[in-house]
Parts: sequence; structure tokens; C-alpha cells
Amino acid sequence: MARTKVLTFTEKGIYCPASDFYIDPWRPVDRALITHGHADHARSGMGSYLATHAALPVMRHRLGDIRAEGIAFGETRRIGGADVSFHPAGHVPGSAQIRVALGGEVWVVSGDYKLVDDGFSEPFAPVKCDHFITESTFGLPVFRWMPQRDVAGQINSWWASCAAAGKTAFLGAYALGKAQRLLSMLDPEIGPILTHGAVEATNAVLRKQGLSLPATIHANDEVDPKQHPGAIVVSPPSALGSKWARRFGPQESAFASGWMALRGVRRRRAGDRGFVISDHADWSGLLSAITETGAENIYVTHGYTDVFTRYLNENGWQAQVIPTQFEGEPPESGDAE
Amino acid sequence: MKRFATLFNTIDQSTKTNVKVAALAEYFGDATDADRLWTIALFSGRRPKRAVTTTRLREWAAEVAGIPLWLFEDSYAVVGDLAETIALVLPPNPSGDDRSLTHWITELRGLADLSEPERKAFVLAAWEALGGTERFLFNKLITGGFRVGISQKLMTRALARATGKPETELAHRLMGNWHPDDTTWHALIEAADASADASRPYPFYLAYALEEGPEGLGDTGAWRAEWKWDGIRGQLILRDGDYYVWSRGEELMTDRFPELARAIDHMPSGTVLDGELLVWLPGAAAPASFNALQARIGRKTVPKKLLAEAPVVLHAYDLLEWQGTDIRHRPFAERRALLEAACADLPADAPIRLSPQIPFHSWDALAAQRSAAREAQAEGLMLKRADSPYLAGRKKGDWWKWKLDPLTIDAVMIYAQSGSGRRANLFTDFTFAVWNGNELVPFTKAYSGLTDAEFRQITAWVRKNTLERFGPVRKVTPHHVFEIAFEGIQPSPRHKSGVALRFPRIKRWRQDKPLQEANTLDDLNEMLRQYG
Ligand SMILES: [Zn+2]
Ligand SMILES: [Zn+2]
Repeated sequence: MARTKVLTFTEKGIYCPASDFYIDPWRPVDRALITHGHADHARSGMGSYLATHAALPVMRHRLGDIRAEGIAFGETRRIGGADVSFHPAGHVPGSAQIRVALGGEVWVVSGDYKLVDDGFSEPFAPVKCDHFITESTFGLPVFRWMPQRDVAGQINSWWASCAAAGKTAFLGAYALGKAQRLLSMLDPEIGPILTHGAVEATNAVLRKQGLSLPATIHANDEVDPKQHPGAIVVSPPSALGSKWARRFGPQESAFASGWMALRGVRRRRAGDRGFVISDHADWSGLLSAITETGAENIYVTHGYTDVFTRYLNENGWQAQVIPTQFEGEPPESGDAE
Repeated sequence: MKRFATLFNTIDQSTKTNVKVAALAEYFGDATDADRLWTIALFSGRRPKRAVTTTRLREWAAEVAGIPLWLFEDSYAVVGDLAETIALVLPPNPSGDDRSLTHWITELRGLADLSEPERKAFVLAAWEALGGTERFLFNKLITGGFRVGISQKLMTRALARATGKPETELAHRLMGNWHPDDTTWHALIEAADASADASRPYPFYLAYALEEGPEGLGDTGAWRAEWKWDGIRGQLILRDGDYYVWSRGEELMTDRFPELARAIDHMPSGTVLDGELLVWLPGAAAPASFNALQARIGRKTVPKKLLAEAPVVLHAYDLLEWQGTDIRHRPFAERRALLEAACADLPADAPIRLSPQIPFHSWDALAAQRSAAREAQAEGLMLKRADSPYLAGRKKGDWWKWKLDPLTIDAVMIYAQSGSGRRANLFTDFTFAVWNGNELVPFTKAYSGLTDAEFRQITAWVRKNTLERFGPVRKVTPHHVFEIAFEGIQPSPRHKSGVALRFPRIKRWRQDKPLQEANTLDDLNEMLRQYG
């Protein structure tokens, strides 16, 4: 007997027809459930928002005065006929997978996720389900992340060598999440840690909700670079090499992203260094997450969808690409968040 | 291999020339003779003879990685480099191997005598022994192509720093067909070599492009005009009874142009000419297309047949040294008069010819001449001030290039392919077609020319309008018309359309133009007839 699916893929985004809500919609809708605060998931113009308590401050910071409600991880909320709950995705603080149970069927929307514990976001927790909607940003076997402490070692020794050479180290990373993760990996013994305004604004939001970050100095116009020799400056990638950055005199720049795994990308970036670190799952992370859900039906979005889907189908899953018109925008330059 | 990997990483990670040169100089200063000789060889495109086919490498890598071959191939399409793809898909491995670069090269050469299972065992063992960059470099030793942004020029600069020898002498030493198998560091770099000094070129004087018309240059009487050829700028040096050919990139290319040896029969020693290297068949009214020249540049040794099919002639337009004296400071008109006198009695089969000047009395008249440049197989005109000295490098004011506007054609996009790396999620490479009756005939590929926003827009469209997929290529619904600009057109039996374009690029996305109004194969053939 044919019946309505628990979740469907519409022009506005992932939709639950039985309970009339959308997950991470990209057009204005009445009721939006949001996995996390990144711009490609939490958009403005929704009638109401539901997200984890930890995701809300960043969303309010980005979207302004919104009608939003918080929910705890693991708490079940009945919406229409569906039981909805949010579970840690390990992507950034507050990020969630959204579980929707209806009529004995369980669907999970992964949002963005990573399996490694960054010591900062609520660690990823696998959720058993029948249907799993997964991202595949780094869904190729060439993407394999090193342990975080090894990357931290690389970054800190680069910073130390910049400091020794009398240069300021500029580290570019997405201002929301990645930048704070990197801050938490820095060794404050090496020198002062400065931040760009966009990064510092997010720092303030996250500190207020209780996350611990090392002491930072907001590198605004009043800050005299000469007073901070041996500093590292964490900034959005777009600020690397800008007029604001050049004020600091001799410097090296680095960019931190999963895409830095590819030499061609590193070289096109034209910075001095590229550090391979991502808030998305690598190839083996995607596969083990999918395996752990126990789901047979996999819907692939966001990334190398064709390749990843084919691989899943050859290995016993029922996988499909979420039809292209629902794919949203292709990632902008740099890391897809 | 560790020392080499450290060098490679430093060079590869930096965008700063001085950092690269310093790292290379340090390496050349302390590496073993065999390692530094091989490093020069690898960075200048020489590599050990390939002992394993890339097909086998792919199969073995997929096997060791535990992935199907198609997945390896799809990954390769994204990464864009075979050696790197292999290094990335193999299980990670810390690097604890102490064997040298030369050791690995020697081992690789030994593979030629082994059976295939033995070769496989060797390669797999190497992959297991080497980690990170070293594993990537090992793969590169097999596949070739170390693209590290180290030009011959930077390498000679670093060598100069490490050895104390002048750069020009080192450039001269590195020329030619040497291979580490039949020379040594000492013989190549250190042993006495008298001819080095004689080969020394002058820095080239480079012109700026004239963006507006020439009216702003003032009185026409102060200016001289000549064709801007579509060849290779070259300096021909005749000294001490020998000849040397330098490219504009200050690369010594003597061996590639053996026919220029006969120049010594026609000009005295102590002559340096600036001119254009062109393929020009005996009796032809115009030079052959750039394609013909390209076939020559690609060869370090030139087979006889190619020498006869594509003979190169230097079209001289300036004289820099005469009777052993540097005359670059003298006015162009004077140098030119001397050049004309020197070329006056050249027989028709001499490998040097005088590049003619184009007389004109008004800028309008010159503009009319310029519009005929394509028929002369030229890219436009050069304007040189009659009283200008021969300066070094790109300087504004005395020399201008006044190029033709490109040819354009409106074409339909029929295939799209995604870029690699950062652009792996964007469609950036397109194939374009023109109408032949009701059929669309592909005739060129083009990529650059759209803004990032346009690439994103077209990518979204391609995803929704894919008809078929062939690996990374998608056949799309014919719908969008683009204006394609190009510099030249030639017949080409290898292409279905019968033509090949030079420097095709996207000029504009013609969203205003209906599909049916794109150009036709007849239009292309008409262009071929006029300009081919
Ligand atoms: Zn995302
Ligand atoms: Zn995200």
C-alpha cells in the first residue's frame, strides 16, 4: 500500500508532509527545524525556528530577531503525528542530527557532521534509523583526516617558526565554528592570540554560552601590531592579505580546511601553508556513520553525491542522490560549511 | 628521499620566489652529487625511464586501498594528479625510511629487468615503506611531471648562489640533451667550459599593449611600424664562430633550431639579433600557423622529416650587438639601418630574414594596414619610436603592441565538465558547437572567461539539465549560447568540425540570444577561408 513518506524532498527543502515542517529549508516556510547555525542551513525569513539550545545563540547573532525555540539534545517533541528529537552531530557546538519518527518508521537528517571529537562540539552520536539523509562533502577516498593533535602540532610549530622569524602568523578559517576549534587547539605559550572582528563576535557568543576559549585580543584599529610580537591572528579567509592584515607588517598566511588535502587547491590558494582540518566527516567517517545508523535507505546530498551513491549501492545499501534541484547552491569557494 | 621531500615541501608550500631559491640553493650546497644532479634533472623535466605503466599503478593502488577501480578513477578526476591520488588513497603511513633519492631512482631503473610480479612487489613495498610527501614523490619518479613552479631561471639562480658561477653560464650548461645517466655533477656544473661566456644573451625589451588607438602617440613621423608576428621571440647570438638561440623566457633553445646554425655562414661573429622564430616554408607568402611552430618547440631533438616540413626562419627586427659591440643605446632607426645593411645580401635560403617595416603616413592608414594583419599571419602591429634605445624588460612609452581584436563566434554549449580541486563542485570546462543543418557540431572547448557568479549559475543549470553522463563529463540540453573569442583558426582533420582554434575563451554569455541564432559550420568555414 502506498502511503505518504515521512520526509520528502521539495523545492523549499526537506519536508515532513504529515506534520507540516521543513528541515534546513532554503525558502521561507512557516515552521523550520534547523540542524545548525551555518548560513547554508539556517536562513532568514522562516515563520518559526526550532533548534538546540546550544545552536540558538549563534542563530540569533546571525539572523537577528527571530521567533525561535530551543530544545535539549535527546528531548522528544511531538509535532503533528511525528516524534522529533535532536542528536549531536559533532560538526560545531550545538549542531544536531534531526530524528523524525512516524508510524513506526525512523528517518534521520544528518545535517553536517564529523565523527572525531574536537573537544569542543558535543561529540557525534549515531542514531539508529531506517532512512538516513547524509551529507557527502568529502565523499571520496582521497579525504582522510589526521588526528586533531597532529594538526595542532603542525599549526603550533608553524606559528612558532613565524614568531621566531619576526613574522605575524595569519590563520584563515571560517569564522563560525572552525575558527573557535582552531583557537582551542593553539598553544598560548607561543605568543599572543589575536582575532579578526568576525571571529571575535562569534567568540563572544560562544563564551557567553559557557564554551571555554583561550584569551584573545580583538585586532581592531586601536591595536598596535608592534605591541604584539610573535602573534597569531585568526581571521576569516577573506581577510588574509587584506589592507587590515597588511598593517601587521612581515607575515605568513595559512588556511585551514579539508580541501587543503588536495595539492592543487593548496597551490591555488596562494597562501604560505595549508592545514588539513575539517568539521565534516572524511571518507571513512561517512561510511562508519552510515553503517552505525543501521539504515538501509540512504539519501546523499551536499558534495560528491554521484560517486558516493554509486559506492553505497555497490556495497549493499539502497542509496540515491537527492534530486539535483533540491541540492541548494554549490559550495562557495573554500570549505563548504 | 627525506632531504628531497623537505626541499620539495618548502618549494611547494611557498609562493615566494626568494624562499624557493633559498631552499634550492641550500639543497644544492649540501646534497650529495648524485642527488643534486637528479634534482636538477627532475625539475627540468627529465626522469628515469618509466618502468611501470600507469594502468598497472592505478590497479595496484586501488587494490591496496581496497576500493573499486572506478572509484579510484573518479577520485583521480577530482584530484587531477595520478601520483597524488595514489598517495592519498593508500593507507596512511608514518615515514621512517632513510634511503636516498638516488637510491630509489636506481632501484626503479632496475625494474626494467624484472618480471611483472616482481615489479608489483617492489612498488607495493615502496608504498609501505614511504609515507606522506615521500610516497607522493616516489610515484612522481614513475609518472613524471614535477610541477613545482621552479623555472629554469630560478634553478640557475639557486645554482649560482650555491656554486658562485654566473647564472648565464649555468643556463648554458643546463641546456641540451644531457641526462643524469651519462653525466656527473662535476662534468655538468663544475668542469671548465669556455663557450659559456660566448652564449650570454641581452635581456629582452618588452612592449606594452596599446589599449586605445595610436592617436595619442602624436606625430606619425616619430614612429616605425612592423608586423607583430605570432611566433616565438628569440635572440640569435653569433659569437666565436658559434650560434646560440635564446627564448624570451631566457631559456637556451639552440638545440631545438639546428637550421639556424647556417646563420654563421651569412653574418659575421659578434652579431646579436632580436627577432621572431617562425615556421616559413620556402616560397610561401606568409609564415605557417603557430601550430606548426608548436610541433617544433615540443621537441628537444628534431627529426629530419620535421625539419623539412617545418623549417624555422628568424625574422630579425632589431640589432643589439654589431661587430662585437653592444649598440643597444643607439636609436632604433640607426640600429635598424645597420640591420638592413647586414641583411641586404642574404640569399633566399638563409635562415635569417629581415622583418619588414610597414610604411605609413597617417594613423588611419596604419589602422587599415593593421586590419590586414591576419592575412599576413600576424597578430597585429608593433609600434616603435624611431629614437628609442633598446631597454631591458617591460617599459612603457617607446614600444607598443597594437593587436588585432579577436575573432568571435556565437556557439551552443553541449558538454560540461567539472573543474578539479577547489572547483570540483563547479562546472568550468565546456564544449561548444555550431549548427550544421539541424545538427550541432562540436568545434572547441573553452573554460576561462566567466565570473564566479556565472560559473555558479551555469553549474546549477547543468545539474538540472544533464542528458547523459560520461565519467566527469555531462551532456546537457542545448540551450545556452556563448560568444567565443579566439586568435586564429586552422584546418584540423583531427576535429569533427574540421577546424582548430587558437586561444579560444568565453567572451560573453549570450543569455539574450536564442539557440537557433548561434553561428553555423558554414560561418566557421568562411572564417577558415579568410584567416586560416
Ligand atoms: Zn552545510
Ligand atoms: Zn555546517
